[in-house]
Amino acid sequence: MAQDAPQGRRFESPRASFDASGPKKPGDGDEVGGTCLEQTIVTARIEMLGVSKAFPGVRALDGVDFRVEAGEVHALMGENGAGKSTLIKIMTGAVQGDAGEIRLDGQTVRIGSTGDAQALGIGTVYQEVNLVPTMSVTKNMTLLRQPKRFGLIDWREARRRARQRLERLNIASQIDVERPLGSYSVAVQQLVAIARALEDDTRVLVLDEPTASLDANETALLFGIVRDLKARGIAIVFITHFIDQVYAIADRISVLRNGRRVGSAPTSELPPLQLIPMMLGRELETTERRAASESSAIHGEPILVAEGVGRRRVMAPFDLTLRPGEVVGLSGLLGSGRTEVAKLVFGAIKRDSGKLTIAGAEVKSASPARSLHLGVAYCPEDRKAEGLFAELSVRENIILGLQTKRGWLRRLSFDAQQALAEAMIEALGIATPDADKPVGQLSGGNQQKVVLARALTSDPRILILDEPTRGIDVGAHAEIVALIRKLCAEGLALLVASSELDELVAVSDRIAVLRDRRKVGEIEERAIDRQTIIDTIAGART
Amino acid sequence: MNEKFLPLLATIAVFVAIFVIGGLLYNNFMSTQVLGDILADNAFIITAAFGTTFVILSGGIDLSIGSMIGFVGVVIANLDLAGWHPLLAAALMLGFGFLFGALQGLIIDICDIQPFIVTLAGLFLLRGACFMINLDSVPIQNGFVGWFSGLGIPLPGGGVLRSSAIVMLLALAGGIVIAHFTRFGANVYAIGGDRTSATLMGVPVRRTTVGIYALGGFYSALGGVIYAFYTSSGYPLAGSGAELTAIASVVLGGTMLTGGVGMVAGTLFGGMILGLIATIIIFNGTLNGAWIMIVSGVLLFVFIVLQRSLVGSLRMRGAA
Ligand SMILES: Nc1ncnc2c1ncn2[C@@H]1O[C@H](COP(=O)(O)OP(=O)(O)OP(=O)(O)O)[C@@H](O)[C@H]1O
Ligand SMILES: [Mg+2]
Repeated sequence: MAQDAPQGRRFESPRASFDASGPKKPGDGDEVGGTCLEQTIVTARIEMLGVSKAFPGVRALDGVDFRVEAGEVHALMGENGAGKSTLIKIMTGAVQGDAGEIRLDGQTVRIGSTGDAQALGIGTVYQEVNLVPTMSVTKNMTLLRQPKRFGLIDWREARRRARQRLERLNIASQIDVERPLGSYSVAVQQLVAIARALEDDTRVLVLDEPTASLDANETALLFGIVRDLKARGIAIVFITHFIDQVYAIADRISVLRNGRRVGSAPTSELPPLQLIPMMLGRELETTERRAASESSAIHGEPILVAEGVGRRRVMAPFDLTLRPGEVVGLSGLLGSGRTEVAKLVFGAIKRDSGKLTIAGAEVKSASPARSLHLGVAYCPEDRKAEGLFAELSVRENIILGLQTKRGWLRRLSFDAQQALAEAMIEALGIATPDADKPVGQLSGGNQQKVVLARALTSDPRILILDEPTRGIDVGAHAEIVALIRKLCAEGLALLVASSELDELVAVSDRIAVLRDRRKVGEIEERAIDRQTIIDTIAGART
Repeated sequence: MNEKFLPLLATIAVFVAIFVIGGLLYNNFMSTQVLGDILADNAFIITAAFGTTFVILSGGIDLSIGSMIGFVGVVIANLDLAGWHPLLAAALMLGFGFLFGALQGLIIDICDIQPFIVTLAGLFLLRGACFMINLDSVPIQNGFVGWFSGLGIPLPGGGVLRSSAIVMLLALAGGIVIAHFTRFGANVYAIGGDRTSATLMGVPVRRTTVGIYALGGFYSALGGVIYAFYTSSGYPLAGSGAELTAIASVVLGGTMLTGGVGMVAGTLFGGMILGLIATIIIFNGTLNGAWIMIVSGVLLFVFIVLQRSLVGSLRMRGAA
């Protein structure tokens, strides 16, 4: 049967030494499909057969088989734009496939809407938090299945149920279920979304990059919950770009590449060294901490000096300097003020104290427009709310920053725009059929790359990145790190806020550590390593 | 104290403040009589505004309200000429309003056209229809109408809660139940808060959109019935511009034009505030009627600015 398997089923990487469609493994994903259907011994909890989906200009999925057992955590891996989100959207009724079949516990089911999926016991947390921020936590958690009394919604009971669900995740104490969801941090919203997706009769739980905005503690909390659910026999589909998380939690891995499944295997049989080439279709150069000699590009006078910059109730006054060619990292737990520092420096939050000097000139009233003129570019953390215009095309989004800097009267010619956009698509490897595709239709990671591209086209002297690699795959991650280094070698000054310590360790020349909205320390070049940062955050050193 | 009631409380506070200002300016202003009159005079527009509240909560807009009010009145008056009982005619028109609204909702959703355009077409269509039927005011002769508008519950202090106000309050009760105690109501808030998320959460967007505009049509037809009974006539120009007053009432009532946030009860006070301003200026006698619009405009502006800062503070905390 291995010979009849269509081409895309096997992976091409020479380093991967097993064949996913090996005939000896009953219950393996590839046993089903084609003529082998009857031989399926164990019925899977959920099974997708020959699923295809085309969007204008892209084959997002091409005859994908995917199978998850009960009580299994199944990691779905692949590059940005590989088709992961699309696959699970078809599984959960948010998107209709062009071809293929879905079976739940052996029964062929038709999932025409997300409501259908919920009714069948398929709970989902989609990529990007997708609840309604203006509604209360209770309303979000009980939407469409509010308890009723005498035909009307019984809110007291609804609140009780909402609390009970949060209780299951041990987060009920932190959350007032009456408050609007939008008043909580992204991480809390994410946990609420997971709590919402869990029903008593949930058979399948789908988590699309649930940990992208969680810190280590919250991730650990989530994994505890996932193990618990697994023990209850729920099938869990887990999408992430964090390789170590996959090995921490998943039992089995399936890899998608360019809309085809290139293999499935138990986690124990697929070490990272084989997994990554399988995902990327090529090897990955390892990213090491950059050598001190490389940092010699750092020279001269600081280009940015913040003295006592702060804002009441937002961020305690802090000092910060940035020299050309230097990368300064901002580290700290969620809510420690990373984003606030970035925004204060950029002028997206108005400071009420301190002095900010950029390129030798004092900036009296900072604003985003002013900063752009001074050659400061900023990539916000929340691309959905602040970063991108989903309806505008990739090209329009990319040239926006540059256009703002030039002023609207000096319009770029169409050809120039096109050339710029294409150069950026090429440089960052943005997966899109052409530059005219609306950004909202790109995959999550590719949207993030567009945010980066936009900041880069304005040709900044100072670049501020807030969570630059959230949702970006390992391959692109390495490319972005390489790009950052190259730009710094050319004299760009960079301020990077990130929740990923390894990323900061890899790129930073200096790290400012924040805790509870104040700057508690700065770690110099020589001293940078994971442990020092963790200790400083925890307050063991200052 | 739950912060979601803050905008409602703010609206009520403004209402009370303006009422007290009126009382300070004129001796006999702060009485149930004045209150009863304001309620009765504005009942039709506030009723229609309840429907608009749902539409705006869902992030849409309905411009066909004023024309609906005029059309309903003209048809009822003509059916009266033809010998229909006014209650029967009213029931027919309520059904018509519901269906007309539903049709607007269906077009908005299926063809994916902005509600502004679709309901603007509705505005022209219905107003045109009014003029096709009549060019002048037609009195409603049936004795029932006179008897009905004479009904009322006496209030302590000499005022009367007139029948039109009672119908409006019943409509409000219905609106509150629908908005806050039914799944449909919850879905309206979800769609208005974040349409994409609502879809992903499984909210039946099409059905809900149709329902929202149907409800809008129903409430504006009810407003038309109240107006026709209150004035005992059908006039093809009745309700001109009422859609904008209704929208103003909704906004003054604390509902956000961006959708997802607000309360039906707020609309009552929003409409009452506009009514109060008009009454105070008319009470004065020497002030030009134009001041009604100017003061209303200023208030509306202040409210929108307040709303914006409220949303801003919510966002700030979200980012923290
Ligand atoms: N609504 C849509 N319209 C058009 N194209 C789409 C749409 N949704 C997805 N696509 C395309 O389908 C492909 C697969 O996207 P998908 O979101 O499934 O990727 P992904 O594997 O989840 O990536 P990421 O890791 O970046 O989230 C991409 O090329 C994307 O541009
Ligand atoms: Mg995705």
